[in-house]
Amino acid sequence: MKVRGRVPLGPVWAVAKKDLLLEVRNREIVISLLVFSGLIFIIFNFAIELTSANRDTVGPGVLWVAVAFASVLGLNRSFIIEKDGNALDGLLLTPVGRDTILIGKTVGNFIFMAAALVILFPVFTALFDVNVLKIEVFVIALLTILGLATVGTMFAALSVNTRAREIMLPVLFLPIAVPILISAVEGTARVTEGGGWGDALQWIEILAAFDVIFIVAALLTFQFLLED
Amino acid sequence: MVGAVGPKRAVWLVITAGLVLFTMWMIFEWAPTERNLGEIQRALYIHVPLAWISMVAVFIVASASVMYLITGKRKWDSVALATAETGVLVGTLMLVTGAIWAKPIWNVWWTWDAKLTTTAILWFLYVAYLMLRAFAPPGNQAYRMAAVVAILGAIDVPLVYYAADLWRTAHPELLIGPAAESSGLSSEMSITLLVSVVAFTSLYAYMVVDRYRVRQSENELGELKRDVRNLLYRPAAEPATAATMRGAVPAASGD
Amino acid sequence: MPRTMITPRLLASEDQTLTAPSISNQVAGEGPEASPEMPKMAITVRGLAKSYGFNGVLSGLDMDVSAGEVFTIFGPNGSGKTTLLRVLATLTRPDSGRVVINGFDFTREAALVRSTIGVVMHSSLLYGDLTGRENLRFYGRMFNLAEIENRINEVAERMNVAHRLDDKVRDLSHGLEKRVSFARALLHRPKLLLLDEPETGLDQNTLAIFEGLLADYRKVGGSVVMTTHSLERGLALADRVAILGGGKFVFVDSSDNIEPGELPGIFGRLTGERQ
Repeated sequence: MKVRGRVPLGPVWAVAKKDLLLEVRNREIVISLLVFSGLIFIIFNFAIELTSANRDTVGPGVLWVAVAFASVLGLNRSFIIEKDGNALDGLLLTPVGRDTILIGKTVGNFIFMAAALVILFPVFTALFDVNVLKIEVFVIALLTILGLATVGTMFAALSVNTRAREIMLPVLFLPIAVPILISAVEGTARVTEGGGWGDALQWIEILAAFDVIFIVAALLTFQFLLED
Repeated sequence: MVGAVGPKRAVWLVITAGLVLFTMWMIFEWAPTERNLGEIQRALYIHVPLAWISMVAVFIVASASVMYLITGKRKWDSVALATAETGVLVGTLMLVTGAIWAKPIWNVWWTWDAKLTTTAILWFLYVAYLMLRAFAPPGNQAYRMAAVVAILGAIDVPLVYYAADLWRTAHPELLIGPAAESSGLSSEMSITLLVSVVAFTSLYAYMVVDRYRVRQSENELGELKRDVRNLLYRPAAEPATAATMRGAVPAASGD
Repeated sequence: MPRTMITPRLLASEDQTLTAPSISNQVAGEGPEASPEMPKMAITVRGLAKSYGFNGVLSGLDMDVSAGEVFTIFGPNGSGKTTLLRVLATLTRPDSGRVVINGFDFTREAALVRSTIGVVMHSSLLYGDLTGRENLRFYGRMFNLAEIENRINEVAERMNVAHRLDDKVRDLSHGLEKRVSFARALLHRPKLLLLDEPETGLDQNTLAIFEGLLADYRKVGGSVVMTTHSLERGLALADRVAILGGGKFVFVDSSDNIEPGELPGIFGRLTGERQ
């Protein structure tokens, strides 16, 4: 297991930029993230009755469950675009490391999730009357999608070569993402319940620690994911 | 399969079987009934060894996977597979015995405390691991993918536990949960538990080794088949040339 | 516009003398070390094995291709032609065996191997929703090329696709798409081209461009390894041909040694398939 010393930023950015260009052209990923999350909001609205008493506590759960499930679709999509025309092979034929390619994909997925959240947060706040438009929640959200994008890109890369990839991705990704999701929900709830930095800080630290662990694990294992 | 069992393993099997039977006697006859919890407490002697084995299995699968990624040797993948498959079986039994034990004592089959949450996630992860192995393209890539998942799974376990534990603390209004505390184990109970752990670990180890050997046999058989196919196809050592093909003897016979 | 059809064999007189040493069937792992004069060799393969599950596709394959040579591989369906090319292209990790490409060790210097080979596969390896230019620009960045735009124009001219370079790849015909694929493969000026059935389904114009390219490419000392189903065309383009069967080459010879019309019979006898 060799560990690459340095990842060149040029190719990382080239991969991410290519994904952004495709997304600007098709808007597939961000739109699916938004529509699917929106639908989950609506279904939750019927499944769980949010009252003024519980909405600040239960609301964040609804938000992050929606994001987690929607991100499965987006992540899958981000590798399906590599599969048609087999551009993934083209990528692997370039002299950059496999890890570099996957870091680029991670950056792209992070940006897509962030873009979706920019719209999702106000919509959520309006629909459920739970104010998540707070700086503390933004920090939590950035750390959360960083973790989700890292773990998710890894498993999307892994699932894309399997049969039944639509099943394999969520089945692998969601259990691994549980610690991130627990922390996101709890941290957000502390803030929506009226807490400030002090209350959120514990979860922000935990999220940051989880992100570091997952990023290190991803960097060590990326190189094994793309060859056959 | 039985025919493949050598004398050493036959002895192991007999000893393990005897040990398990003896453990059953200890659990149901010899160990005293717990004062507060009653007969159901005897489930502990089975549940705890299963839980112990599950944790060991996670560790072995992850270690074997690391070894596989480093060395690329197929035997390490076989170790991981054998341990994971039997591990899922043990994990399922652990969850079931846990629920059976929990119902009379806690009055619920399940509670979302950190241990149980972690166990549930872990169980799903290892089922996903086996699914991945089934769905992955054939060849070494499947083994590498599986190894990565096993390693991440092992890393994930403490994180889930930590997060779930904090999450529990954040929700102290626990209406259900461990209501009756055990009054501690008497020395007979401790001895019974110890013997049970040894017996079940031995049984589990036997199963893993057995599965490992079957797996290795499958690998050998596959390689033999491949070699035979190639031999049948072309026994010649040197590739033919136009000149040799013009000779009387064909360089090889097609099928 | 279509170049005159050149039969490249007629051009490559000196190169023929360089034709690789006879292939020796070494036991896996006992092959020679990469010697200093290796860069003269485009490809040296010893004891290459690759199986998918227990489907052995390649078993102990040896292969030598010298610089400036066009080497054509024939084989029945499922004989492992594509797998062999994928291994040579570093896309597929072999189970065992030693591979040296353009003087670089395949596992230790994979990045150097990749920067000196150009690959054209069945699929385009392009992003359908990007234009040809955007695709080439992206790959140029990945190869860290200087003066990317000049290079793009150069290869687009060469493949006669410059006029359609700003269309989305998805909207191109198969022939035009293939030309962009070739442009992609040529962008970083590789020393070795690996082509997997490049001529399949090509129109006459594209075919002519392709054949002209091969001829020019060899003149400047580039090597080509290609697979094909067409015995006739494959033989006409090649300096040497090989037939893959049972995971190894069952036939290797210089195309000059093969009488006209002789190859189909040889192919049939060695593979049990009629072409």
